[in-house]
Amino acid sequence: MTTIAHETTRARRRRRWEGLPYWLILPTVVYLGLFFVWPMIQGFGLALRDESGNWTLDALDTMVDDAAFGDAISFTFLLILVIVPIQFVLAMGMALLLNARLRGGGLFLYIFLLPLAISDLAAGIAWSAIFTERGYLNTILEGLGVIDQPFIFLDPTSRTQLVICVAAAEIWRSTTFMMVILFAGLQAIPRDYVEASEVFGAGFFQRVRHVILPMLKPSIQVALLLRLIFAFEVFAVVIALTGSGATVLAAEAYKWQVTNENEHVAAAYSLVILGLSLVAAAVVLVVLRTPRERRLR
Amino acid sequence: MDDVQENGLGWDEPLDRRKLLGKAAVAGGVLAAGGLLGASRAAAGSGADAGKVTAFFGQFGAIAEQEGIRKYVLRGFDGDVDAVFAPISAPNLFVDRVRAEAKAGKGSIDVLVGLHGDFVTFQNEGLIRPVGDVAAQIKTLPPALVKHGKLGTSTQWFVPHSQATYVMVANKDVMKYLPRGADINALTYGQVFQWAKAIRRGTGQNRFGLPASDTGLIHRYLQGFLVPSFTGRFVTAYRSKEAVAAWLYLRQLWQYTHPQSLSYAFMQDPLLSQEVLLAWDHVARLKTALDQRPDDLVAFPVPRGPKARSYMPVLVGLGIPKNAPNPTGAKALIRHLTTIGAQAQILSLTGFFPAVGGRLSKRLSPGLLAESVAVRRQQKAKDAVQALLPVGIGAENGNFNKIYRDTFTRIVRNGENIQAVLREQGELLDQVFVKTNAPCWAPDPSSGKARCKVA
Repeated sequence: MTTIAHETTRARRRRRWEGLPYWLILPTVVYLGLFFVWPMIQGFGLALRDESGNWTLDALDTMVDDAAFGDAISFTFLLILVIVPIQFVLAMGMALLLNARLRGGGLFLYIFLLPLAISDLAAGIAWSAIFTERGYLNTILEGLGVIDQPFIFLDPTSRTQLVICVAAAEIWRSTTFMMVILFAGLQAIPRDYVEASEVFGAGFFQRVRHVILPMLKPSIQVALLLRLIFAFEVFAVVIALTGSGATVLAAEAYKWQVTNENEHVAAAYSLVILGLSLVAAAVVLVVLRTPRERRLR
Repeated sequence: MDDVQENGLGWDEPLDRRKLLGKAAVAGGVLAAGGLLGASRAAAGSGADAGKVTAFFGQFGAIAEQEGIRKYVLRGFDGDVDAVFAPISAPNLFVDRVRAEAKAGKGSIDVLVGLHGDFVTFQNEGLIRPVGDVAAQIKTLPPALVKHGKLGTSTQWFVPHSQATYVMVANKDVMKYLPRGADINALTYGQVFQWAKAIRRGTGQNRFGLPASDTGLIHRYLQGFLVPSFTGRFVTAYRSKEAVAAWLYLRQLWQYTHPQSLSYAFMQDPLLSQEVLLAWDHVARLKTALDQRPDDLVAFPVPRGPKARSYMPVLVGLGIPKNAPNPTGAKALIRHLTTIGAQAQILSLTGFFPAVGGRLSKRLSPGLLAESVAVRRQQKAKDAVQALLPVGIGAENGNFNKIYRDTFTRIVRNGENIQAVLREQGELLDQVFVKTNAPCWAPDPSSGKARCKVA
């Protein structure tokens, strides 16, 4: 009698615990639903419907016909092509440096982390003070006698110069972000593997190429995934550095919403950003897929 | 850096914060004694506490301006003022919010501080109430400005508060490049071009600058200065051959314009750093440079074109929304904002000149003094023509500006065929008037009740 009663209590308790995970993720689901899914649905509605609620492609037409659309797409892609590879190599180097546990290595971590603490707009303004004609860079170069007239770095007639300036600022600002993810991944690699390869006589680059990089693949995947998604949203640094000299997708979305007061076209731009981010994410997920049996446990 | 100190009461040495507060309290009195004569001090309110008054500013949204208005301009008002500002980057939110509150049927704003053109929209849409009684109480207002507040009706819709315009500023270093025989106070567009070209030849760099970033006011340069100076019109002559000449002029001037102009929002910054030695902008956006370097910079009127010396006056007014929760308090605040003390502080904080009559003080900051002289010369020039801010196009305001900016991008930056661009953009401009049915405004000849048409 007592045992049966005991059993049922335990079964009931187990049943209650089985439901617990769902209760635990409920707040997150509600949060995501309210603040991400619902606004996204509204965004679709805004982009594809007119004032009176009829379905239309007018906003998309206006967006594509606008002179700035092509410029925004090409400049955004150009930035990604320049920034992401450089950033990856730098972030990898920084992570390896930290992981080498040199004396005073903690200092590097602090230095690397500094840009993360600064908002992107503030970073843009700081870099504009460096690159502007009477800025720090020209002052230093003139002081060193490298140039005798200030050089105009932020020249809107030169796309190359604008890309280089924006890329420099973006790389400075967000490389640490990638590094943090890669560094965490590096720390998860058991030392045995690296030591074993050392025993077999592998040099530093061989170790990186054949041991570390393959084992780091899941972290690389995450780092690239997040970096690419953020790259499509790049905005404040570009605005601060180039003014209306160059434009990117997020800047156009902002302009249509705020300056031109047309939320439909602004929503159309955000759809483009969403679509491109999804494609980029899918590519990264497929290309850098790690088979289950090769994953570190 | 202390914003208040930087932009605060500019008629003396830099002060510390505590001194500044004391100074602010007596500032009105000082100015009244030194200048702005013939203006009597209107009592703030009726002496009784006006209660909670919410003021919504469509102007003066810069952080330093906001802080100064809260700290100094609203000081001494007998009541509790909640000052709300439309962001500088999104001035359209000013009209939007008033409209939204009217739609919601529940108002929270008591006083509106907006442009002449904003009040046209408010009046058209029936969002504001008459303010004739309070305007009549303020004896210091010049009748000409009061008349603007009637918006062409027989009812007073807003009380004029302050005014501004746009002028040119040059660094004294480039005075030697001024074309021979040119009078700096009566320049022509041709002479400005020659000047910019000579500066390039002399310094090796393009040192003429325009505020052509997204938050710069280059569209006002196109709408109120360049195009009407060549065509004598604002909208109707948009596609005329005189307009083609105006755009051709700008395309040529652009060769001698600093390429970083596309990232300038306030010309005072590149003028201070000397990236730019000759510039055009709104007085409020030049003020800091003129205040800090009064001996190096000179302010002067805008040039004249083949048809006129066109300039755009900016008139800020005070009104009361129809559904204001505290209209009595609102009227008290309007009286306070038009007192000499409050007007003097607005002037020193923002560079917007008082609407109330009287002579300007000799004790103004050097920058404001220089600006006020240039503004006065510009207004009094025989060939001066006023091109007013867009009137009555309401929600199409953003689009209206975009059309001018896009025309600039296509013709000047991308070098497209001028006639073709004007034909296409003119079509879009005409659509603005099809949508809003707005009649023409000065300097276009009146179209009566009919909508304005792009010829």
